[in-house]
Amino acid sequence: MLNQVYRLVSARQFEVQTVAETVSADQIVVRPRFLSVCHADQRYFTGQRPQNVLRQKLPMALIHEGVGTVVRDPQGKFAPGTLVVMIPNTPVEHDPIVPENYLPSSKFRSSGYNGTMQEYVVLNRDRVLAVPADFDHPMSAFIEMVSVGVQGLTQLQATMDADARVIGIWGDGNLGYIAATLVKQLFPDSQLVVFGRHQSKLDYFSFADKTYLVDQIPADLKVSQALECTGGRGSEAAIAQIIRHIHPLGTAVLMGVSEEPVAIDTRSVLAEGLTLRGVSRSGRADFERAIQILTDSPVTRERLQNLVGLTQKVSTIQDIIDFFERDLTNYWGKAVMEWDV
Amino acid sequence: MIYAQILAGGKGTRMGNVPMPKQFLALADKPILIHTIEKFCLEPRFDAILVVCPADWLSHTQDLITKYVTDSRVKVVAGGSERNATLMKGIRYLQETFGRHADDVVVTHDAVRPFVTQRIISENIDAVLQHPAVDTVVPAIDTIVQGEADAISAIPVRSSMYQGQTPQSFNVKALVDAYATLTDEQKASLSDSCKICLLAGQPVTMVRGENLNFKITTPYDLRVASALIEKRA
Repeated sequence: MLNQVYRLVSARQFEVQTVAETVSADQIVVRPRFLSVCHADQRYFTGQRPQNVLRQKLPMALIHEGVGTVVRDPQGKFAPGTLVVMIPNTPVEHDPIVPENYLPSSKFRSSGYNGTMQEYVVLNRDRVLAVPADFDHPMSAFIEMVSVGVQGLTQLQATMDADARVIGIWGDGNLGYIAATLVKQLFPDSQLVVFGRHQSKLDYFSFADKTYLVDQIPADLKVSQALECTGGRGSEAAIAQIIRHIHPLGTAVLMGVSEEPVAIDTRSVLAEGLTLRGVSRSGRADFERAIQILTDSPVTRERLQNLVGLTQKVSTIQDIIDFFERDLTNYWGKAVMEWDV
Repeated sequence: MIYAQILAGGKGTRMGNVPMPKQFLALADKPILIHTIEKFCLEPRFDAILVVCPADWLSHTQDLITKYVTDSRVKVVAGGSERNATLMKGIRYLQETFGRHADDVVVTHDAVRPFVTQRIISENIDAVLQHPAVDTVVPAIDTIVQGEADAISAIPVRSSMYQGQTPQSFNVKALVDAYATLTDEQKASLSDSCKICLLAGQPVTMVRGENLNFKITTPYDLRVASALIEKRA
Protein backbone atom coordinates (compact mmCIF):
# COMPACT_ATOMS: atom_id res chain seq x y z
CA MET A 1 0.00 0.00 0.00
CA LEU A 2 1.31 3.43 -0.94
CA ASN A 3 0.67 5.81 1.93
CA GLN A 4 1.05 9.59 1.97
CA VAL A 5 2.75 10.76 5.15
CA TYR A 6 2.70 14.48 6.01
CA ARG A 7 5.94 15.25 7.80
CA LEU A 8 7.35 18.34 9.45
CA VAL A 9 10.72 18.85 7.76
CA SER A 10 11.70 22.09 9.50
CA ALA A 11 9.94 24.74 11.56
CA ARG A 12 6.55 25.61 10.00
CA GLN A 13 7.22 23.46 6.91
CA PHE A 14 5.42 20.23 6.08
CA GLU A 15 6.11 17.97 3.10
CA VAL A 16 4.34 14.88 1.82
CA GLN A 17 6.29 11.65 1.52
CA THR A 18 5.00 8.46 -0.07
CA VAL A 19 5.77 5.39 2.02
CA ALA A 20 5.30 1.78 0.88
CA GLU A 21 3.55 -0.01 3.75
CA THR A 22 3.07 -3.70 4.34
CA VAL A 23 0.16 -4.68 6.57
CA SER A 24 0.56 -7.88 8.59
CA ALA A 25 -2.31 -9.92 10.03
CA ASP A 26 -1.57 -8.42 13.45
CA GLN A 27 -2.02 -4.88 12.18
CA ILE A 28 -4.96 -2.64 11.42
CA VAL A 29 -5.29 0.20 8.90
CA VAL A 30 -6.97 3.33 10.25
CA ARG A 31 -8.03 6.47 8.39
CA PRO A 32 -7.41 9.43 10.76
CA ARG A 33 -10.53 11.57 11.34
CA PHE A 34 -10.01 13.94 14.26
CA LEU A 35 -6.50 14.87 15.40
CA SER A 36 -5.73 16.95 18.45
CA VAL A 37 -2.66 19.17 18.77
CA CYS A 38 -0.48 18.86 21.87
CA HIS A 39 2.03 21.41 23.21
CA ALA A 40 4.78 18.95 22.25
CA ASP A 41 3.64 19.13 18.61
CA GLN A 42 3.70 22.93 18.77
CA ARG A 43 7.24 22.90 20.14
CA TYR A 44 8.31 20.95 17.05
CA PHE A 45 6.18 23.07 14.67
CA THR A 46 7.63 26.36 15.94
CA GLY A 47 11.16 24.94 16.18
CA GLN A 48 11.39 25.50 19.94
CA ARG A 49 13.00 22.12 20.62
CA PRO A 50 16.82 22.25 20.83
CA GLN A 51 18.51 22.19 17.43
CA ASN A 52 20.15 18.80 18.02
CA VAL A 53 16.72 17.29 18.87
CA LEU A 54 15.19 18.77 15.71
CA ARG A 55 18.09 17.46 13.62
CA GLN A 56 17.67 14.00 15.10
CA LYS A 57 13.86 13.71 14.96
CA LEU A 58 12.81 15.57 11.81
CA PRO A 59 11.41 14.87 9.28
CA MET A 60 8.54 13.38 11.25
CA ALA A 61 4.76 13.28 11.10
CA LEU A 62 3.35 15.13 14.12
CA ILE A 63 0.29 14.42 16.34
CA HIS A 64 -0.13 11.60 18.82
CA GLU A 65 -3.70 12.35 19.95
CA GLY A 66 -6.41 11.21 17.59
CA VAL A 67 -9.24 9.00 16.50
CA GLY A 68 -9.89 7.41 13.13
CA THR A 69 -12.04 4.85 11.40
CA VAL A 70 -10.91 1.32 10.69
CA VAL A 71 -10.65 0.72 6.94
CA ARG A 72 -8.97 -2.68 7.03
CA ASP A 73 -8.62 -5.38 9.62
CA PRO A 74 -7.08 -8.54 8.13
CA GLN A 75 -8.63 -10.60 10.96
CA GLY A 76 -12.06 -9.03 10.52
CA LYS A 77 -12.54 -8.24 14.22
CA PHE A 78 -13.07 -4.52 13.68
CA ALA A 79 -15.78 -3.74 11.15
CA PRO A 80 -14.88 -1.09 8.55
CA GLY A 81 -16.05 2.29 9.78
CA THR A 82 -15.51 1.52 13.49
CA LEU A 83 -14.26 4.64 15.28
CA VAL A 84 -11.10 3.83 17.23
CA VAL A 85 -8.67 5.75 19.38
CA MET A 86 -5.03 5.30 18.42
CA ILE A 87 -2.57 4.51 21.23
CA PRO A 88 0.69 6.34 20.43
CA ASN A 89 2.96 4.35 22.76
CA THR A 90 4.19 1.32 20.86
CA PRO A 91 6.13 -1.18 22.97
CA VAL A 92 8.60 -3.54 21.33
CA GLU A 93 9.22 -5.72 24.41
CA HIS A 94 7.48 -6.79 27.63
CA ASP A 95 9.02 -6.22 31.04
CA PRO A 96 7.60 -7.85 34.19
CA ILE A 97 8.34 -4.73 36.29
CA VAL A 98 8.31 -1.66 34.05
CA PRO A 99 5.02 -0.94 32.25
CA GLU A 100 5.00 -0.21 28.51
CA ASN A 101 4.78 3.58 28.89
CA TYR A 102 8.01 3.79 30.91
CA LEU A 103 10.12 1.38 28.86
CA PRO A 104 12.93 3.30 27.14
CA SER A 105 12.70 0.93 24.18
CA SER A 106 9.04 1.81 23.46
CA LYS A 107 8.39 3.94 20.39
CA PHE A 108 6.11 6.93 20.75
CA ARG A 109 4.27 8.55 17.86
CA SER A 110 5.23 12.14 17.10
CA SER A 111 8.41 11.75 19.14
CA GLY A 112 11.03 10.10 16.98
CA TYR A 113 8.39 7.89 15.37
CA ASN A 114 5.83 9.01 12.81
CA GLY A 115 2.67 10.51 14.30
CA THR A 116 -0.84 10.27 12.88
CA MET A 117 -0.65 13.00 10.21
CA GLN A 118 -0.85 10.36 7.51
CA GLU A 119 -3.32 9.30 4.86
CA TYR A 120 -3.61 5.98 6.68
CA VAL A 121 -2.02 4.86 9.95
CA VAL A 122 -0.94 1.23 10.19
CA LEU A 123 -1.06 0.17 13.85
CA ASN A 124 -0.42 -3.01 15.73
CA ARG A 125 -3.72 -4.63 16.68
CA ASP A 126 -3.36 -3.86 20.40
CA ARG A 127 -2.78 -0.15 19.69
CA VAL A 128 -6.42 0.64 18.91
CA LEU A 129 -9.54 0.65 21.08
CA ALA A 130 -13.11 1.14 19.89
CA VAL A 131 -14.72 4.45 20.88
CA PRO A 132 -18.32 4.12 22.15
CA ALA A 133 -20.92 5.41 19.70
CA ASP A 134 -22.25 8.15 21.97
CA PHE A 135 -18.87 9.87 22.43
CA ASP A 136 -18.44 13.27 20.80
CA HIS A 137 -15.82 12.85 18.04
CA PRO A 138 -13.73 16.04 18.55
CA MET A 139 -13.68 15.30 22.30
CA SER A 140 -12.61 11.71 21.59
CA ALA A 141 -9.60 13.06 19.67
CA PHE A 142 -7.88 13.85 22.98
CA ILE A 143 -8.72 10.64 24.85
CA GLU A 144 -4.93 10.16 24.82
CA MET A 145 -4.56 13.20 27.06
CA VAL A 146 -7.36 11.90 29.29
CA SER A 147 -5.47 8.61 29.53
CA VAL A 148 -2.37 10.52 30.67
CA GLY A 149 -4.53 12.11 33.37
CA VAL A 150 -5.77 8.64 34.30
CA GLN A 151 -2.17 7.42 34.50
CA GLY A 152 -1.36 10.38 36.79
CA LEU A 153 -4.27 9.65 39.13
CA THR A 154 -3.56 5.91 39.04
CA GLN A 155 0.00 6.64 40.16
CA LEU A 156 -1.31 9.02 42.81
CA GLN A 157 -3.69 6.35 44.14
CA ALA A 158 -0.82 3.85 44.25
CA THR A 159 1.56 6.21 46.04
CA MET A 160 -0.44 8.49 48.33
CA ASP A 161 -1.09 8.03 52.04
CA ALA A 162 -4.60 7.72 53.48
CA ASP A 163 -5.26 11.48 53.45
CA ALA A 164 -7.55 12.31 50.52
CA ARG A 165 -9.32 15.32 52.05
CA VAL A 166 -7.98 17.96 49.63
CA ILE A 167 -6.59 17.36 46.15
CA GLY A 168 -4.76 20.37 44.72
CA ILE A 169 -4.11 20.92 41.02
CA TRP A 170 -1.56 23.49 39.86
CA GLY A 171 -2.26 24.59 36.29
CA ASP A 172 -5.31 26.12 34.59
CA GLY A 173 -4.56 24.82 31.07
CA ASN A 174 -5.76 21.78 29.19
CA LEU A 175 -3.99 19.19 31.33
CA GLY A 176 -5.12 20.87 34.56
CA TYR A 177 -8.70 20.90 33.32
CA ILE A 178 -8.62 17.23 32.29
CA ALA A 179 -6.99 16.21 35.59
CA ALA A 180 -9.61 18.22 37.49
CA THR A 181 -12.54 16.48 35.73
CA LEU A 182 -10.96 13.12 36.56
CA VAL A 183 -10.40 14.04 40.21
CA LYS A 184 -14.11 14.86 40.52
CA GLN A 185 -14.89 11.41 39.16
CA LEU A 186 -12.24 9.33 40.97
CA PHE A 187 -12.14 11.24 44.28
CA PRO A 188 -15.82 12.18 44.72
CA ASP A 189 -15.47 12.79 48.46
CA SER A 190 -12.36 14.97 48.23
CA GLN A 191 -12.25 18.73 48.05
CA LEU A 192 -10.83 19.84 44.67
CA VAL A 193 -8.78 23.05 44.68
CA VAL A 194 -7.30 24.45 41.47
CA PHE A 195 -4.45 26.98 41.34
CA GLY A 196 -3.81 29.02 38.20
CA ARG A 197 -2.41 32.21 36.75
CA HIS A 198 -5.47 33.32 34.76
CA GLN A 199 -8.82 34.12 36.38
CA SER A 200 -10.55 33.87 32.99
CA LYS A 201 -9.33 30.27 32.67
CA LEU A 202 -10.06 29.39 36.29
CA ASP A 203 -13.65 30.48 35.59
CA TYR A 204 -14.05 27.38 33.39
CA PHE A 205 -13.40 25.17 36.46
CA SER A 206 -16.96 25.68 37.75
CA PHE A 207 -17.01 22.13 39.17
CA ALA A 208 -13.97 22.72 41.44
CA ASP A 209 -14.67 23.40 45.10
CA LYS A 210 -12.25 26.34 45.13
CA THR A 211 -9.93 28.11 42.73
CA TYR A 212 -7.06 30.47 43.55
CA LEU A 213 -4.82 32.73 41.55
CA VAL A 214 -1.29 31.62 42.36
CA ASP A 215 -0.34 34.99 43.86
CA GLN A 216 -3.36 34.99 46.19
CA ILE A 217 -3.05 31.64 47.97
CA PRO A 218 -3.70 31.95 51.72
CA ALA A 219 -0.49 31.20 53.62
CA ASP A 220 -2.17 28.59 55.82
CA LEU A 221 -3.88 26.68 52.99
CA LYS A 222 -2.91 23.00 52.87
CA VAL A 223 -3.61 20.26 50.35
CA SER A 224 -3.39 16.53 51.05
CA GLN A 225 -2.04 15.53 47.63
CA ALA A 226 -1.10 17.55 44.54
CA LEU A 227 -0.93 17.34 40.77
CA GLU A 228 1.46 19.63 38.91
CA CYS A 229 0.00 20.34 35.46
CA THR A 230 1.85 23.48 34.39
CA GLY A 231 4.98 22.47 32.49
CA GLY A 232 7.46 24.80 30.81
CA ARG A 233 8.85 27.66 32.84
CA GLY A 234 5.91 27.51 35.22
CA SER A 235 6.97 24.12 36.59
CA GLU A 236 9.55 25.45 38.99
CA ALA A 237 7.25 27.98 40.66
CA ALA A 238 4.40 25.46 40.78
CA ILE A 239 6.54 22.76 42.40
CA ALA A 240 7.83 25.32 44.92
CA GLN A 241 4.23 26.25 45.85
CA ILE A 242 3.20 22.60 46.10
CA ILE A 243 6.04 21.92 48.51
CA ARG A 244 4.96 24.96 50.55
CA HIS A 245 1.26 24.00 50.72
CA ILE A 246 1.22 20.18 50.84
CA HIS A 247 0.81 18.21 54.07
CA PRO A 248 3.80 16.18 55.34
CA LEU A 249 4.07 12.78 53.63
CA GLY A 250 1.98 14.07 50.73
CA THR A 251 2.51 12.97 47.14
CA ALA A 252 2.96 15.38 44.26
CA VAL A 253 2.48 13.92 40.79
CA LEU A 254 4.53 15.92 38.27
CA MET A 255 2.87 15.95 34.85
CA GLY A 256 3.95 19.17 33.11
CA VAL A 257 6.81 18.75 30.62
CA SER A 258 9.65 21.23 31.00
CA GLU A 259 12.28 21.77 28.31
CA GLU A 260 14.87 22.99 30.83
CA PRO A 261 15.83 21.40 34.19
CA VAL A 262 14.01 22.98 37.15
CA ALA A 263 15.31 23.62 40.68
CA ILE A 264 13.52 21.81 43.52
CA ASP A 265 13.71 22.63 47.25
CA THR A 266 14.85 19.15 48.25
CA ARG A 267 15.49 20.26 51.88
CA SER A 268 11.71 20.62 52.35
CA VAL A 269 10.99 17.46 50.37
CA LEU A 270 13.30 15.57 52.74
CA ALA A 271 12.09 17.32 55.89
CA GLU A 272 8.42 16.59 55.19
CA GLY A 273 8.88 13.15 53.69
CA LEU A 274 7.25 14.15 50.42
CA THR A 275 7.01 11.92 47.36
CA LEU A 276 7.47 13.38 43.88
CA ARG A 277 6.23 11.06 41.18
CA GLY A 278 6.74 11.67 37.47
CA VAL A 279 4.11 10.89 34.83
CA SER A 280 3.96 11.81 31.18
CA ARG A 281 2.88 8.94 28.96
CA SER A 282 0.13 6.38 29.16
CA GLY A 283 -0.33 2.78 28.07
CA ARG A 284 -3.20 0.66 26.83
CA ALA A 285 -4.54 0.02 30.36
CA ASP A 286 -4.88 3.78 30.92
CA PHE A 287 -6.80 4.17 27.65
CA GLU A 288 -9.15 1.36 28.68
CA ARG A 289 -9.74 2.98 32.07
CA ALA A 290 -10.21 6.42 30.47
CA ILE A 291 -12.88 5.08 28.10
CA GLN A 292 -14.59 3.32 30.99
CA ILE A 293 -14.60 6.50 33.12
CA LEU A 294 -16.03 8.53 30.23
CA THR A 295 -18.62 5.83 29.52
CA ASP A 296 -19.76 5.83 33.15
CA SER A 297 -19.91 9.61 33.47
CA PRO A 298 -21.79 11.68 30.89
CA VAL A 299 -21.08 14.78 32.99
CA THR A 300 -17.31 14.21 32.65
CA ARG A 301 -17.79 13.85 28.89
CA GLU A 302 -19.77 17.06 28.81
CA ARG A 303 -17.07 18.92 30.76
CA LEU A 304 -14.41 17.62 28.36
CA GLN A 305 -16.48 18.64 25.33
CA ASN A 306 -16.24 22.18 26.71
CA LEU A 307 -12.47 21.87 26.35
CA VAL A 308 -12.70 21.77 22.54
CA GLY A 309 -11.50 25.29 21.81
CA LEU A 310 -10.86 25.16 18.07
CA THR A 311 -11.99 22.78 15.35
CA GLN A 312 -11.36 23.10 11.65
CA LYS A 313 -11.36 20.85 8.61
CA VAL A 314 -7.96 20.58 6.92
CA SER A 315 -7.50 19.24 3.40
CA THR A 316 -4.21 20.76 2.20
CA ILE A 317 -0.74 21.29 3.64
CA GLN A 318 -1.46 25.03 3.76
CA ASP A 319 -4.60 24.29 5.82
CA ILE A 320 -2.44 22.32 8.28
CA ILE A 321 0.04 25.20 8.66
CA ASP A 322 -2.81 27.70 9.11
CA PHE A 323 -4.36 25.44 11.75
CA PHE A 324 -1.16 25.18 13.77
CA GLU A 325 -0.74 28.97 13.54
CA ARG A 326 -4.32 29.55 14.72
CA ASP A 327 -3.78 27.20 17.64
CA LEU A 328 -0.83 29.34 18.76
CA THR A 329 -3.20 32.26 19.33
CA ASN A 330 -6.02 30.11 20.70
CA TYR A 331 -6.60 31.19 24.29
CA TRP A 332 -8.62 28.30 25.66
CA GLY A 333 -8.91 24.60 25.04
CA LYS A 334 -7.71 21.92 22.69
CA ALA A 335 -7.32 22.44 18.95
CA VAL A 336 -8.79 19.55 16.96
CA MET A 337 -8.29 19.09 13.20
CA GLU A 338 -10.92 17.33 11.14
CA TRP A 339 -8.47 15.42 8.95
CA ASP A 340 -9.42 15.40 5.27
CA VAL A 341 -6.00 15.54 3.63
CA MET B 1 -24.60 0.79 -5.93
CA ILE B 2 -21.21 2.48 -5.85
CA TYR B 3 -18.65 0.89 -8.16
CA ALA B 4 -14.98 1.44 -8.83
CA GLN B 5 -13.64 0.67 -12.25
CA ILE B 6 -9.87 0.56 -12.66
CA LEU B 7 -8.90 0.96 -16.27
CA ALA B 8 -5.89 -1.25 -16.91
CA GLY B 9 -6.41 -1.68 -20.64
CA GLY B 10 -3.28 0.17 -21.81
CA LYS B 11 -0.68 -1.63 -23.88
CA GLY B 12 2.20 0.60 -22.75
CA THR B 13 3.17 1.87 -26.18
CA ARG B 14 4.75 4.99 -24.66
CA MET B 15 6.84 3.04 -22.16
CA GLY B 16 9.64 2.42 -24.65
CA ASN B 17 10.91 -0.98 -25.59
CA VAL B 18 9.18 -2.85 -22.75
CA PRO B 19 7.04 -5.84 -23.74
CA MET B 20 4.93 -5.80 -20.60
CA PRO B 21 2.12 -3.20 -20.33
CA LYS B 22 3.11 -0.43 -17.94
CA GLN B 23 0.42 -1.19 -15.35
CA PHE B 24 2.14 -4.52 -14.65
CA LEU B 25 5.65 -3.08 -14.16
CA ALA B 26 7.07 -3.20 -10.64
CA LEU B 27 7.06 -0.17 -8.36
CA ALA B 28 8.32 -0.63 -4.79
CA ASP B 29 8.31 -4.42 -5.21
CA LYS B 30 4.73 -4.71 -6.49
CA PRO B 31 3.02 -4.22 -9.85
CA ILE B 32 1.74 -0.65 -10.27
CA LEU B 33 -1.79 -1.99 -10.78
CA ILE B 34 -1.74 -3.70 -7.37
CA HIS B 35 -0.82 -0.46 -5.58
CA THR B 36 -3.79 1.20 -7.27
CA ILE B 37 -6.20 -1.63 -6.41
CA GLU B 38 -5.03 -1.57 -2.77
CA LYS B 39 -6.00 2.11 -2.48
CA PHE B 40 -9.52 1.42 -3.74
CA CYS B 41 -9.92 -1.56 -1.42
CA LEU B 42 -9.48 0.81 1.55
CA GLU B 43 -12.72 2.63 0.63
CA PRO B 44 -15.58 0.71 2.29
CA ARG B 45 -18.32 2.44 0.26
CA PHE B 46 -17.49 0.52 -2.92
CA ASP B 47 -19.84 -2.40 -3.58
CA ALA B 48 -17.56 -3.78 -6.30
CA ILE B 49 -14.11 -2.91 -7.65
CA LEU B 50 -13.79 -3.91 -11.29
CA VAL B 51 -10.42 -4.15 -13.03
CA VAL B 52 -10.65 -3.97 -16.80
CA CYS B 53 -7.49 -5.25 -18.52
CA PRO B 54 -6.34 -6.24 -22.04
CA ALA B 55 -7.91 -9.53 -23.15
CA ASP B 56 -4.55 -11.27 -23.57
CA TRP B 57 -3.44 -10.22 -20.07
CA LEU B 58 -6.59 -11.44 -18.33
CA SER B 59 -5.07 -14.49 -16.65
CA HIS B 60 -1.93 -12.54 -15.69
CA THR B 61 -4.08 -9.88 -14.04
CA GLN B 62 -6.15 -12.51 -12.28
CA ASP B 63 -2.98 -14.24 -11.04
CA LEU B 64 -1.61 -10.99 -9.62
CA ILE B 65 -4.87 -10.23 -7.81
CA THR B 66 -4.98 -13.74 -6.37
CA LYS B 67 -1.40 -13.29 -5.16
CA TYR B 68 -1.67 -9.82 -3.62
CA VAL B 69 -5.33 -8.92 -2.93
CA THR B 70 -7.71 -10.57 -0.48
CA ASP B 71 -10.73 -8.30 -1.01
CA SER B 72 -13.60 -10.28 -2.54
CA ARG B 73 -15.09 -7.11 -4.09
CA VAL B 74 -12.33 -7.10 -6.74
CA LYS B 75 -13.37 -8.59 -10.12
CA VAL B 76 -11.55 -8.72 -13.45
CA VAL B 77 -12.86 -8.53 -17.01
CA ALA B 78 -11.27 -8.00 -20.41
CA GLY B 79 -11.59 -4.53 -21.91
CA GLY B 80 -12.17 -3.27 -25.43
CA SER B 81 -10.01 -1.91 -28.21
CA GLU B 82 -9.73 1.66 -26.91
CA ARG B 83 -10.42 3.64 -23.74
CA ASN B 84 -14.13 4.31 -24.10
CA ALA B 85 -14.89 0.82 -25.37
CA THR B 86 -13.04 -0.52 -22.31
CA LEU B 87 -15.01 1.78 -20.02
CA MET B 88 -18.36 0.75 -21.52
CA LYS B 89 -17.43 -2.95 -21.44
CA GLY B 90 -16.84 -2.61 -17.74
CA ILE B 91 -20.17 -0.82 -17.28
CA ARG B 92 -21.94 -3.60 -19.19
CA TYR B 93 -20.33 -6.23 -16.94
CA LEU B 94 -21.41 -4.34 -13.80
CA GLN B 95 -24.99 -4.00 -15.03
CA GLU B 96 -25.23 -7.64 -16.08
CA THR B 97 -23.71 -8.84 -12.79
CA PHE B 98 -25.33 -6.53 -10.27
CA GLY B 99 -28.42 -5.23 -12.09
CA ARG B 100 -29.42 -1.74 -13.19
CA HIS B 101 -30.41 0.94 -10.70
CA ALA B 102 -31.09 4.58 -11.46
CA ASP B 103 -28.71 5.80 -8.77
CA ASP B 104 -25.74 3.56 -9.69
CA VAL B 105 -22.46 5.46 -9.83
CA VAL B 106 -19.00 4.46 -11.00
CA VAL B 107 -15.62 5.92 -10.04
CA THR B 108 -13.22 5.20 -12.91
CA HIS B 109 -9.47 5.44 -12.47
CA ASP B 110 -6.30 4.88 -14.48
CA ALA B 111 -4.42 1.84 -13.20
CA VAL B 112 -1.18 3.76 -13.73
CA ARG B 113 -2.02 6.48 -11.18
CA PRO B 114 -1.07 4.59 -8.00
CA PHE B 115 -0.54 7.75 -5.92
CA VAL B 116 -4.27 8.55 -5.77
CA THR B 117 -5.27 9.49 -2.23
CA GLN B 118 -8.15 8.60 0.07
CA ARG B 119 -9.39 12.19 -0.08
CA ILE B 120 -9.57 12.24 -3.86
CA ILE B 121 -11.47 8.94 -3.99
CA SER B 122 -13.82 9.95 -1.19
CA GLU B 123 -14.55 13.38 -2.70
CA ASN B 124 -15.27 11.73 -6.07
CA ILE B 125 -17.87 9.51 -4.43
CA ASP B 126 -19.43 12.42 -2.54
CA ALA B 127 -19.58 14.53 -5.71
CA VAL B 128 -20.91 11.86 -8.07
CA LEU B 129 -23.75 11.09 -5.68
CA GLN B 130 -24.87 14.71 -6.28
CA HIS B 131 -23.87 15.33 -9.91
CA PRO B 132 -24.00 13.30 -13.16
CA ALA B 133 -20.26 13.55 -13.91
CA VAL B 134 -17.11 14.42 -11.97
CA ASP B 135 -13.56 15.10 -13.13
CA THR B 136 -10.43 15.28 -10.96
CA VAL B 137 -8.24 18.23 -11.88
CA VAL B 138 -5.24 20.24 -10.75
CA PRO B 139 -4.66 23.89 -11.71
CA ALA B 140 -2.29 24.19 -14.66
CA ILE B 141 1.22 25.18 -13.58
CA ASP B 142 2.69 25.70 -17.04
CA THR B 143 1.05 28.06 -19.49
CA ILE B 144 -1.15 26.06 -21.86
CA VAL B 145 -0.81 26.98 -25.51
CA GLN B 146 -2.98 25.81 -28.35
CA GLY B 147 -1.27 25.30 -31.67
CA GLU B 148 -1.28 23.64 -35.03
CA ALA B 149 1.49 23.03 -37.58
CA ASP B 150 4.27 24.80 -35.65
CA ALA B 151 2.21 27.90 -34.90
CA ILE B 152 0.39 28.97 -31.75
CA SER B 153 -3.24 29.73 -32.38
CA ALA B 154 -4.24 30.72 -28.86
CA ILE B 155 -2.85 31.15 -25.33
CA PRO B 156 -5.74 30.69 -22.92
CA VAL B 157 -5.71 32.49 -19.57
CA ARG B 158 -3.83 30.14 -17.25
CA SER B 159 -5.98 30.79 -14.18
CA SER B 160 -8.92 29.07 -15.86
CA MET B 161 -6.83 26.15 -17.16
CA TYR B 162 -6.67 22.81 -15.37
CA GLN B 163 -5.04 19.48 -16.08
CA GLY B 164 -7.34 16.50 -16.04
CA GLN B 165 -6.46 13.50 -13.90
CA THR B 166 -8.52 10.56 -12.76
CA PRO B 167 -10.71 9.41 -11.04
CA GLN B 168 -13.50 10.44 -13.37
CA SER B 169 -16.83 9.50 -11.89
CA PHE B 170 -20.26 9.11 -13.43
CA ASN B 171 -23.85 8.39 -12.74
CA VAL B 172 -23.98 5.19 -14.77
CA LYS B 173 -27.31 5.93 -16.47
CA ALA B 174 -26.22 9.46 -17.43
CA LEU B 175 -22.98 8.09 -18.91
CA VAL B 176 -24.68 5.29 -20.87
CA ASP B 177 -27.30 7.72 -22.22
CA ALA B 178 -24.61 10.22 -23.21
CA TYR B 179 -22.51 7.53 -24.89
CA ALA B 180 -25.50 6.41 -26.95
CA THR B 181 -25.74 9.88 -28.51
CA LEU B 182 -22.16 9.76 -29.90
CA THR B 183 -21.28 8.89 -33.49
CA ASP B 184 -18.97 5.91 -34.08
CA GLU B 185 -16.22 8.33 -35.03
CA GLN B 186 -16.63 10.24 -31.76
CA LYS B 187 -16.66 6.99 -29.78
CA ALA B 188 -13.34 5.95 -31.31
CA SER B 189 -11.62 9.33 -31.06
CA LEU B 190 -12.59 10.67 -27.62
CA SER B 191 -9.60 10.32 -25.32
CA ASP B 192 -11.41 11.66 -22.27
CA SER B 193 -14.46 10.04 -20.72
CA CYS B 194 -15.83 13.26 -19.21
CA LYS B 195 -16.08 14.69 -22.70
CA ILE B 196 -18.76 12.08 -23.44
CA CYS B 197 -20.96 13.85 -20.91
CA LEU B 198 -19.90 17.34 -21.97
CA LEU B 199 -20.84 16.64 -25.60
CA ALA B 200 -24.21 15.41 -24.40
CA GLY B 201 -24.74 18.69 -22.60
CA GLN B 202 -24.36 17.37 -19.07
CA PRO B 203 -22.52 19.40 -16.44
CA VAL B 204 -19.19 18.00 -15.20
CA THR B 205 -18.18 18.89 -11.64
CA MET B 206 -14.53 19.29 -10.61
CA VAL B 207 -12.78 17.68 -7.63
CA ARG B 208 -9.32 18.87 -6.58
CA GLY B 209 -6.62 16.36 -7.46
CA GLU B 210 -2.99 16.35 -6.36
CA ASN B 211 0.17 16.88 -8.40
CA LEU B 212 1.49 13.62 -7.00
CA ASN B 213 -1.47 11.78 -8.55
CA PHE B 214 0.41 11.65 -11.84
CA LYS B 215 0.18 9.05 -14.56
CA ILE B 216 3.10 6.67 -15.02
CA THR B 217 3.37 6.70 -18.79
CA THR B 218 7.03 6.95 -19.73
CA PRO B 219 10.26 5.37 -18.40
CA TYR B 220 11.01 8.80 -16.88
CA ASP B 221 7.70 8.73 -14.94
CA LEU B 222 8.55 5.29 -13.59
CA ARG B 223 11.95 6.49 -12.37
CA VAL B 224 10.34 9.51 -10.71
CA ALA B 225 7.68 7.30 -9.10
CA SER B 226 10.31 4.89 -7.77
CA ALA B 227 12.37 7.76 -6.35
CA LEU B 228 9.32 9.19 -4.54
CA ILE B 229 8.60 6.07 -2.52
CA GLU B 230 10.28 5.33 0.77
CA LYS B 231 10.03 1.96 2.50
CA ARG B 232 8.73 1.94 6.07
CA ALA B 233 11.70 1.56 8.41
